[in-house]
Amino acid sequence: METPAAFEPRGRRHRRADRFALRFVSIRHARALETLYSGFERLIVAAAPLLARLGWERLERPVAYLERQVKGALFDCRMCGQCVLSSTGMSCPMNCPKGLRNGPCGGVRADGCCEVYADMPCVWVKAYEGSLKMVEGARIAEIQAPVDHRLKGRSSWLAVMRQKSGLGTSPDRVPAKTGAKA
Amino acid sequence: MKLPLHPEDFGENPWDPLPDLPGHSSLGRLERVLRRGEFAVTAELNPPDSADAEDVYKRAAVFEGWVDAINATDGSGANCHMSSVAICALLTRAGFAPVMQISCRDYNRIAIQGNVLGAAALGVANLLCLTGDGVQSGDHPEAKPVFDLDSTSLVSTIRTMRDDKRFLSGRKITAPPRVFIGAAENPFAPPYDFRPLRLAKKIAAGAQFIQTQYCFDVPMLARFMARARDLGLTDKCFILVGVGPLASAKTARWMRAHVAGVHIPDDIISRLERAKDQKAEGKKICVDIIQQAREIAGVSGIHVMAYRQEEYVAEMVEESGVLKGRQPWRRDLRAPAFDLATRLHENLAASHEAPAKEISTT
Repeated sequence: METPAAFEPRGRRHRRADRFALRFVSIRHARALETLYSGFERLIVAAAPLLARLGWERLERPVAYLERQVKGALFDCRMCGQCVLSSTGMSCPMNCPKGLRNGPCGGVRADGCCEVYADMPCVWVKAYEGSLKMVEGARIAEIQAPVDHRLKGRSSWLAVMRQKSGLGTSPDRVPAKTGAKA
Repeated sequence: MKLPLHPEDFGENPWDPLPDLPGHSSLGRLERVLRRGEFAVTAELNPPDSADAEDVYKRAAVFEGWVDAINATDGSGANCHMSSVAICALLTRAGFAPVMQISCRDYNRIAIQGNVLGAAALGVANLLCLTGDGVQSGDHPEAKPVFDLDSTSLVSTIRTMRDDKRFLSGRKITAPPRVFIGAAENPFAPPYDFRPLRLAKKIAAGAQFIQTQYCFDVPMLARFMARARDLGLTDKCFILVGVGPLASAKTARWMRAHVAGVHIPDDIISRLERAKDQKAEGKKICVDIIQQAREIAGVSGIHVMAYRQEEYVAEMVEESGVLKGRQPWRRDLRAPAFDLATRLHENLAASHEAPAKEISTT
């Protein structure tokens, strides 16, 4: 059965929330991925001036494509565009059918599975396991702001680069289609 | 029999807002009772499937004089009922103190913030922020689940509205909602070790009181509370333990299997099975749990969810003795004090509902 998550990545291929073998391997290796990620982050921030010269908007599609493939395979990433994996034990919270980014709901089954999909381990049970392995696992206590739905499908790698390097537009500025009137 | 200990909690008319008190964020009665250090009692109202205001008043009447606030559920169990904001509006007109439950399942941040302002304008002083059951568990499994916010970000959104006088967008609010912010916690569902941290997160976001899921396992609650005390959480918020009577061993089994997040240990079920009168035993278990929970340091009150057994709430509260002779609010203080036997008789006569089939959770 196709089990939809709160978020679906943009693209032709649907990603199933219950196709989770690799995602749990990633959580088991949360520590190694954390190290890898922080190295990767330093690298991309260092590369930011070069990329800024190429133009952020021009890079958006190819980088988002790459990110979708890599993180999709490792984490069943949903391309919310505002990645919080390092605060959620490398368990992507957008796989939760309720899209919860601040912790589990009260409905987790006694066996640790999801209230909605009885055969899927709760994303937050896994997140807590992952966070215990990580050096900065305590970041699970950070309060996450509500999802900015405009960023869906966009690259959070580029957003991190822009934010941390201080180059280019702020990450929350996205091509606005609506008028300015609220 | 009992006299109100604090007449200042009672305005001239029941619907009058109470005078402002320093250190209080709302003008409601529940916050006053808790801040005075009294053991609070709240109860859940079973929302009617009707457009008749009388149904709401009839259902609230059984709690009058026994509870400090009444929870109006928001599509609990993802079933459709009268909306929580409407129930609260009706209740405040009669002077009751409602706790308005807000579930993130059905509205986005625009609707929720609008509802918070509206509810506060109607005199609602207490809000309970919930994630909400998934739509699959209710009577409209084909509905679109919203979950734009989650319970923690909902708490922080309402705090921003109240304290910073701004919407999430940053736009200014001219008269902020004077509300006491609540959240839920379920100490009885995995990941058990993370639950106290999640509570800490909700408190950091702005939760001032907590109502828990049904407690049928007191040792487990005690472990959770010990951890909460270690983290210093019980000094920062009031924890009300969720309790409720089980109608029979069969109901208990059904709830355990079908209601998300309800944990019922085997020994409770076997105790029910052994009893000659299972319904009476269910109430007795509930009273026992109330009395044991009260003894745990950091527990500030109870939240009674007696689904389709609402008429027994008064009896159980009385039997447990948690009010210690205190008289919670009722409409007419001058009327003769309620006699439990008469009251129960009236309540039983008034309740002519079919036995429980569908069971709701918060």
